[in-house]
Amino acid sequence: MATRLRASILAAFAVAALTSAFLTAEIDQRREAAAPPPGTIGQPGGTLTFAVRSDPKTFNPVVEADGPSREVIWRMHGDLIHIDRDTQRTVPALASSWTMSHDGLHYTIRLRRGIRFSDGHPFDADDVLFSFQVYLDEAVQSPHRDLLMVAGKPIVVRKIDQYTVGIDLNAPYAAAERLFDTIAMLPRHLLESQWKAGRLAQAWGVATAPAEIAGLGPFRLERYRPGEDVILTRNPYYWKTDAAGTPLPYLDRLTVVFAPEDVQVARIGTGEIDVINRVAARNVAALGRHQAARNYVVRDLGPGLEYTFLFFNQNEPRNEELRTKQRWFGDERFRRAVSLAIDRDGVVRLVYSGRATALWGHVTPGNRLWANDAIPRTPRSIAGAAAALERAGFTRRGDALVDSAGQPVAFSILVAAGNASLLDTATIIQDDLRQLGIRAQIAPLEFGALVDRVLQTHDYDACLLPLAGGDGDPNSEMNVWLSSGVTHVWRPRQASPATPWEAEIDQLMRQQLITLDPAARKRLYDRVQAIVADKLPIIPLVSPDVVVAQRAGLRNFRPAVLDHYTLWNVDELFWDSAERRSRR
Amino acid sequence: MSVVGLGAVYGLVAFASFLAPYDPTAQHRDAPFATPTAIHIVDGGGRTLVRPFVYGLARDGESGYAEDRLRAYPLRFVARSAAGSSIRLFTVDEPGRIFLAGTDRFGRDRFSRILYGGRVSLTAGLFAAALSLSLGMTGGIVAGMIGGWIDRAVVAASDVFLAVPWLYLLLAVRAALPINVDPFRALAVVVIVIGVAGWARPARLVRGLVMSAKNRDFIVAARASGASSLHVVRAHILPQTLGVLLPQASILVPQFALAEITLSFFGLGVSEPAPSWGTLMRELVSQPLARATLWAAAPALVLAIVFVMHQVLADDLHARAVQPAMKGLA
Repeated sequence: MATRLRASILAAFAVAALTSAFLTAEIDQRREAAAPPPGTIGQPGGTLTFAVRSDPKTFNPVVEADGPSREVIWRMHGDLIHIDRDTQRTVPALASSWTMSHDGLHYTIRLRRGIRFSDGHPFDADDVLFSFQVYLDEAVQSPHRDLLMVAGKPIVVRKIDQYTVGIDLNAPYAAAERLFDTIAMLPRHLLESQWKAGRLAQAWGVATAPAEIAGLGPFRLERYRPGEDVILTRNPYYWKTDAAGTPLPYLDRLTVVFAPEDVQVARIGTGEIDVINRVAARNVAALGRHQAARNYVVRDLGPGLEYTFLFFNQNEPRNEELRTKQRWFGDERFRRAVSLAIDRDGVVRLVYSGRATALWGHVTPGNRLWANDAIPRTPRSIAGAAAALERAGFTRRGDALVDSAGQPVAFSILVAAGNASLLDTATIIQDDLRQLGIRAQIAPLEFGALVDRVLQTHDYDACLLPLAGGDGDPNSEMNVWLSSGVTHVWRPRQASPATPWEAEIDQLMRQQLITLDPAARKRLYDRVQAIVADKLPIIPLVSPDVVVAQRAGLRNFRPAVLDHYTLWNVDELFWDSAERRSRR
Repeated sequence: MSVVGLGAVYGLVAFASFLAPYDPTAQHRDAPFATPTAIHIVDGGGRTLVRPFVYGLARDGESGYAEDRLRAYPLRFVARSAAGSSIRLFTVDEPGRIFLAGTDRFGRDRFSRILYGGRVSLTAGLFAAALSLSLGMTGGIVAGMIGGWIDRAVVAASDVFLAVPWLYLLLAVRAALPINVDPFRALAVVVIVIGVAGWARPARLVRGLVMSAKNRDFIVAARASGASSLHVVRAHILPQTLGVLLPQASILVPQFALAEITLSFFGLGVSEPAPSWGTLMRELVSQPLARATLWAAAPALVLAIVFVMHQVLADDLHARAVQPAMKGLA
């Protein structure tokens, strides 16, 4: 699910990039030479140390599925078309340009010439073909495979010449070039025999000799010591240069150590690590207190793409008890009253120490290209909520709210047991609802069991969940919003839409998927956001800020709210001269 | 001494609803992590007032608090709380606040939560201990008096129970309960499980005592003069076992309370917003580093004191009751 979401999110951002070009020309032609990166011209040399939660599980980009592996792998590999985390738009990477046919079904991608893998072997269209064969091979079971399916069929990749490939889609797919972000191009000369032998999923494990691993990214593997560190050194064959023609990356070495976040927070103050990728709200105050004295900087980038929401079980009732409750849950006036009673600002202040943004729609302000600013931000009102419930046929009997049949309104809220922020959010909601006479019980549950109840057995009343999209494009959330979607959380896998407004969302989401004009797509998705904010199948609550930290003296550091928050532009990072001398 | 101390602790938690200035679940969202309120008797002009008072709570910087010396709120004793619901020992008028041990992340009064939380944790300990001792006593007396295969069965069963890893058993039982079970009903189930699982040790103690007592001269004499088994148990055995069981109870109560606290600490006992010493101590690991305060450790301190007092009491009871009895047996 996460992968699918991430993928669809990646796809979403591609849309915006295409907008203006489509309106004026029949094809979107990119300039051959890549513009130099916008960062300052730096000086080579130095080492950067960062931490990941735990040891990487693999160095294989095809099968990686965990954060620590990804953080290491992505310093060593390159993709054809990349989403610039700063602008959230696509930029040419290993592809120097691409064009799309009028019907949106065919892409032609031209590759940069003269590029070499980190072992010196040249890169060309055969490597691209091989890479997609591997990702699309069902036997390999790559988590990225889903991302490369359009309308249920895999994309088709053809070799046109040594430096040109054609890509055919089964159906028009808006912003399809976003799909290529984070799909690492693989060296055919190193991996083909293993793939043919059916061992690709096992290739490039953590025990592999560094010389057998090569990529197109700014760094290459020097060594991995389990439990201690991973050392990556500068890839001398990396293709990018800065505006002055100096080859990138500037840094000589990356050291990756393994430590949980609380330890990272302590170590940045001692200079043992240089960057923290994501600081939880609860640690921000502690970290901020010493930043000047200990020579590091904490940066709050504002809301990311993650949104937290409350939703009610609206599946076919499993039993009589649930049927009663679903009479309330299915009533949009009830859901609106609950939304009106929730103290979102209180959640922001008490749970996230102010490092979050209250939400009334499901697209966060961090998603700059897609957020609908017209969604009304109704202020909290217990009195308003009580009045709305009265109009919906509920009455107050002493301390308790009862429905028209005299049944007291009480339900449980599922929360993932390990998520302290969500448990605290639930405690605030519980107290807010108590003021309406609703007795809500918090039911902490192990995450896997929770997902099982929500998506499979439907045995729950209400649930509090966070959802984080990879790149923010609506395509990444098709499965959430389509009534037939497997992650249409409040009522998954519907044979036909249960309500007229779900039917409308279905139609809008399908329409935006094949609409190639970004402005038209935005209008369609704005409407989806407006429907969700009005009907509240999910009640959006807050979006936590993305907070990162860096050692002072690290230049060109441009953290972004998209995944790979800090090191996405690691090739441009450099130390100012004083720091570099001390790091020789 | 320990009796007085324990009496005081149990008294405090028993009258929590009177002694605590606030409802333990009441959130003061404008005052999270407030520092403890100081009670003053000398006012700004240097005069000593008869009635103690507190100053208003003002924010100092992003996360700190200071006293607002311009606003003073006298303490009111045996008065209705601001919410107007129940009579409290002491309170101040809104918008004044009195947080003797500060507040937690939701602005809930820590002092009130410690008192109410103790009620949950210590009650759980008392009930579980009473349950396991009565089961143990019954089992021990039956096994000791009747002997034969019943004795062997009881001993074998107690072996099994002693071998059960109770913490994991409790985790399993709690996980098996339906998710929307009321927190206090869940607590009741947990207490029953703890109590039932703990019967084996007291049962063995009592059994040993009964075995050695039933062959003593005065009991043989009593039986010879026609006393029924029931009479023998009531008149001669029970008084002897009580001497052993009372110190045992004093040890078991805090142990069982700790079982509840452990479960709640892991989020499997009493759940939010209801307080227990376990849920309160959770704050020690979950609170932000920057807001770390020793007040969050207050329940741990109280718990340690209660533990020690129970141990001392057990020793006292042992010295008073068991040792003379043992001397008599020797």
